[in-house]
Amino acid sequence: MTNVAVPMEGQQHLLHAHVHDALASGASHTKGQQHPIKLYLVVWGWLFVLSTCSYLVDYFGLHGHLRWSLILLFMVLKAGLIVAVFMHMAWERLALAYAILLPPVLVLVFVAIMVFESDYTHLIRVISFAPTA
Amino acid sequence: MMWIFLLSDTFIFSCFLLSYMTTRMSTTVPWPNPSEVFALTVGDKKIPLILIAIMTFILISSSGTMAMAVNFGYRRDRAKTAALMLATAAFGATFVGMQAFEWTKLIMEGVRPWGNPWGAEQFGSSFFMITGFHGTHVTIGVIFLVAIARKVWRGDFDVGRRGFFTSRKGHYEIVEITGLYWHFVDLVWVFIFALFYLW
Repeated sequence: MTNVAVPMEGQQHLLHAHVHDALASGASHTKGQQHPIKLYLVVWGWLFVLSTCSYLVDYFGLHGHLRWSLILLFMVLKAGLIVAVFMHMAWERLALAYAILLPPVLVLVFVAIMVFESDYTHLIRVISFAPTA
Repeated sequence: MMWIFLLSDTFIFSCFLLSYMTTRMSTTVPWPNPSEVFALTVGDKKIPLILIAIMTFILISSSGTMAMAVNFGYRRDRAKTAALMLATAAFGATFVGMQAFEWTKLIMEGVRPWGNPWGAEQFGSSFFMITGFHGTHVTIGVIFLVAIARKVWRGDFDVGRRGFFTSRKGHYEIVEITGLYWHFVDLVWVFIFALFYLW
């Protein structure tokens, strides 16, 4: 979830356009969000493209760092698009965005801790439970 | 409030995925290759992960229809909102059906929470826990969607009929809240798809 902010920044221009539209028309701001259907269809299309890409990574059997980085990249992009556009986070106030997005990012610290922990467990298992013939 | 709930749900799924990562990293037995485990044989060819890929597309499509339903909700277009929500629910039900098929297939092949024919025993427990919890979320979402779609169809939000979330006349916020939940379910699947199936 670290890079969720990145696709959101990409949406900034769209965002401003919409905010101006909303303010100009006045009413829509209070009654909720009005975005052109086309925006959702475009995002939908992109999600399809990204899913296909991540499926192709597996289909062609890519391995090693290339596989991991591609999978993580597509995953973060998809997550970013869903949160920013479908869940309307890009148009929410900044305080909510920070309150919701920051805590999951901190989970990465937990991930790091568990990586060390499981490496250690693995090492101990290899040392202590190695088949002694 | 839905955001707060979703945040706590994020932590639950994070913990599942974390424990999966920990067991997978710390086991000395090789992990079963998901690309082969989830392959389907169509005709004579074995296509890796094809069912999971289709499920992914279905869930993404349901997110798309949901986003449009929310949009039409704000425009007070009752018929379109209800129709799109029902379409979303249908996609969700299809997803759960395919998941049930996948579970059946794996159980027939001998996958159990305590073991499987291909490698690390933790594979089964991680798989059933993570996808099971996600499938439960999808099921609850489908029920929620159908219930709200019915209210939208009947016009409860326009007349301020007494009932669950309908008392504020002319407000379609509950459609957006349902949408938030649904997109979150899709979001979780994005992570499960990448971290469990593709890794």
